Amino acid sequence: MPAVQETIDQVKAIDVDQYKYGFVTDIDSEKGAKGLSEETVRFLSAKKDEPEWMTEWRLDALRRFRTMEEPDWARVDYPKIDFDALYYWAAPKSVEGPKSLDEVDPELLATYEKLGIPLREQEILAGVEPKNRVAVDAVFDSVSVVTTFKEELKKAGVIFCSISEALREYPDLVKKYLGSVVPVTDNYYATLNSAVFSDGSFVYIPEGVRCPMELSTYFRINEQNTGQFERTLIIADKGSYVSYLEGCTAPQRDENQLHAAVVELVALDDAEIKYSTVQNWFPGDSQGKGGIYNFVTKRGDCRGKNSKIAWTQVETGSAITWKYPSCILRGDNSVGEFYSIAVSNGYQQIDSGTKMIHLGKNTSSRIISKGISAGRSSNTYRGLVSAHKKASHTRNFTQCDSLLIGQECGAHTVPYIESKNASAVFEHEATTSKISDDQMFYCLQRGMNEEEAVALIVNGFVKDVIQQLPMEFAVEAQKLISISLEGSVG
Amino acid sequence: MLEIKNLHARIAEDGTEILRGIDLKVNAGEVHAVMGPNGSGKSTLSYILAGKEDYEVTEGEIIFHGENLLDMEPDERAAAGVFLAFQYPIEIPGVATMEFLKTAMNAQRKARGQAELTIPDFMKLVRAKAADLNVTMDMLKRPLNVGFSGGEKKRAEILQMSLLEPSLCVLDETDSGLDIDALRIVSEGVNKLRSPERAMIVITHYQRLLDHIVPDVVHVLSKGKIVKTGGKELALELEKNGYADYVGEAA
Ligand SMILES: Nc1ncnc2c1ncn2[C@@H]1O[C@H](COP(=O)(O)OP(=O)(O)O)[C@@H](O)[C@H]1O
Ligand SMILES: [Mg+2]
Repeated sequence: MPAVQETIDQVKAIDVDQYKYGFVTDIDSEKGAKGLSEETVRFLSAKKDEPEWMTEWRLDALRRFRTMEEPDWARVDYPKIDFDALYYWAAPKSVEGPKSLDEVDPELLATYEKLGIPLREQEILAGVEPKNRVAVDAVFDSVSVVTTFKEELKKAGVIFCSISEALREYPDLVKKYLGSVVPVTDNYYATLNSAVFSDGSFVYIPEGVRCPMELSTYFRINEQNTGQFERTLIIADKGSYVSYLEGCTAPQRDENQLHAAVVELVALDDAEIKYSTVQNWFPGDSQGKGGIYNFVTKRGDCRGKNSKIAWTQVETGSAITWKYPSCILRGDNSVGEFYSIAVSNGYQQIDSGTKMIHLGKNTSSRIISKGISAGRSSNTYRGLVSAHKKASHTRNFTQCDSLLIGQECGAHTVPYIESKNASAVFEHEATTSKISDDQMFYCLQRGMNEEEAVALIVNGFVKDVIQQLPMEFAVEAQKLISISLEGSVG
Repeated sequence: MLEIKNLHARIAEDGTEILRGIDLKVNAGEVHAVMGPNGSGKSTLSYILAGKEDYEVTEGEIIFHGENLLDMEPDERAAAGVFLAFQYPIEIPGVATMEFLKTAMNAQRKARGQAELTIPDFMKLVRAKAADLNVTMDMLKRPLNVGFSGGEKKRAEILQMSLLEPSLCVLDETDSGLDIDALRIVSEGVNKLRSPERAMIVITHYQRLLDHIVPDVVHVLSKGKIVKTGGKELALELEKNGYADYVGEAA
């Protein structure tokens, strides 16, 4: 991934709208029919050669979706989405099922190169081997274009492929776990996703295996008026470990684009899943035009005893973010963690947080949320920590810090705590601060310019969360945060 | 090096006049002490040199190295060689002192068109200078000024000064809050930086500091004006008789 200065220079060169990934890939693309209908769902399912039960599953979801109301409790504001004006399927014509790297359209390879995503495993294998290798599943609009290092992972027993492929190759595994963490009718967007999800990643780590490399999925929305509905399912069997990264970008367009994903994680006894996201969807331009509507349901189920799930997210993009990665702490002694940095600038609206549902005994959770608001944006932390009445000796520590830059942004903290067991120990700390004029002057007096000063102070503010990210992502995330805040002072 | 001519300044917010015609000329190699009672405008003078926005200059000019200092942004002044050791150093939560030092040094280098320091070069510099000032590794890892004692804060200021190697050092009440040992360490640090190319303005309320940092010239500031200028013996006289005489003169 490019070096700091290079990134900053490139971004500056683009526009006042400091979005680096706003380019469009010019590629022949096939789209399904417009509009949300049974026909659309059947078309999707057929495109993917899905088993009969899957088609039925989707149709059932669609029927239920028809009976549901769009939720309005979040502190976000947007015009009603016309689901019939959207396409639910768009795929580069050159892609027909998963391919090896040599068969991938060069235009697509060039796109990922431009995005800084390493897809070329051959080069890596032949040349100098970097210390940390990352296997990538690249999802472009509605399809997975390629998954790297598949063979090598297979040797370790790890399954890493697109969910479409998993439905064909490992239907029993998928059937067993799909919808078991986020039920079909969980919420409006999750139900929609269940009906029309196009692609996404599937991971299975067998018992006792420590996944030999980082796994990652990179989502790219390219087509216009196309919703992206991906579905990710990760299962860590007993005593296994996996670290998974998710990244996303989209071109700069005047229209809003819809992204409604579902991610389900299952950790069995003694297993651990670390899920990190760097979300950088197009946030809209400086006037608040365009940008992604990001309505995402992410949930992890600590199903086994002593299991652990940690969510780390860096949210810098999207016009609207509606997202609450959560943990169900079902197994005794299981651990849930949520580390979040949410940066909003311009006209962005973020309503994000987590839920820690303590069901098992001795379960513990930790929430560190750092919200940074600038421009005219609105940034809300919304969280729930609950203990079931049979869940004895549960513990939670929550820390929510907000940093405001400028006068026109807003930050809100909405923590809910529900303890039905008297032995629960839940702690909550919250702070709101501003970068003071005195701090700015002090930094300037030492020779920093305003942007350098803000970047330094902000990096200090988010440090606790950045430390949770895998190394390569930590550096990138820091850069991304600085870039997102460019033009927020002065 | 520095020439302040007929400087008048007021508080931007409410228009209260603080400085009422200051003239001060400081040559390279000289150390000038500025003394005066509380509220006489000493810190205001230092802030205006550094470019703080809270003040408005209504009359006069400041020439630094032949350039009009008042036309420059605070960071440009820093890169041009102006350093202010704050009377009340500001806390920067979450930012390790070491990280702050590196960012500041590289920012100034960049502004001057120099390459960034490599990490080993930077570490070598910091280690050497930190040791002189009794600044420990542990302190360098802590967030800048957060939870620092009064003495630690002042030592951190002087450490920054010695790393940034400014041509004009303005020290605002660097002696306040220091016990006698800390005062000696800090003064030694400052004295090490005295050189024919560098000028210093040492602001203090008490003569005590000037036993350690011996000035070439002493000025007395009262109600926004320099009311008396003399040699180092002026400080001793003030110590004995207090400011009463001069406060009266200015009124
Ligand atoms: N930013 C400010 N806002 C309001 N009053 C100020 C401000 N800065 C200085 N003053 C006032 O100006 C006068 C001079 O202050 P200062 O320069 O700090 O004096 P000294 O450093 O000599 O004690 C004092 O009366 C002080 O209260
Ligand atoms: Mg003062």
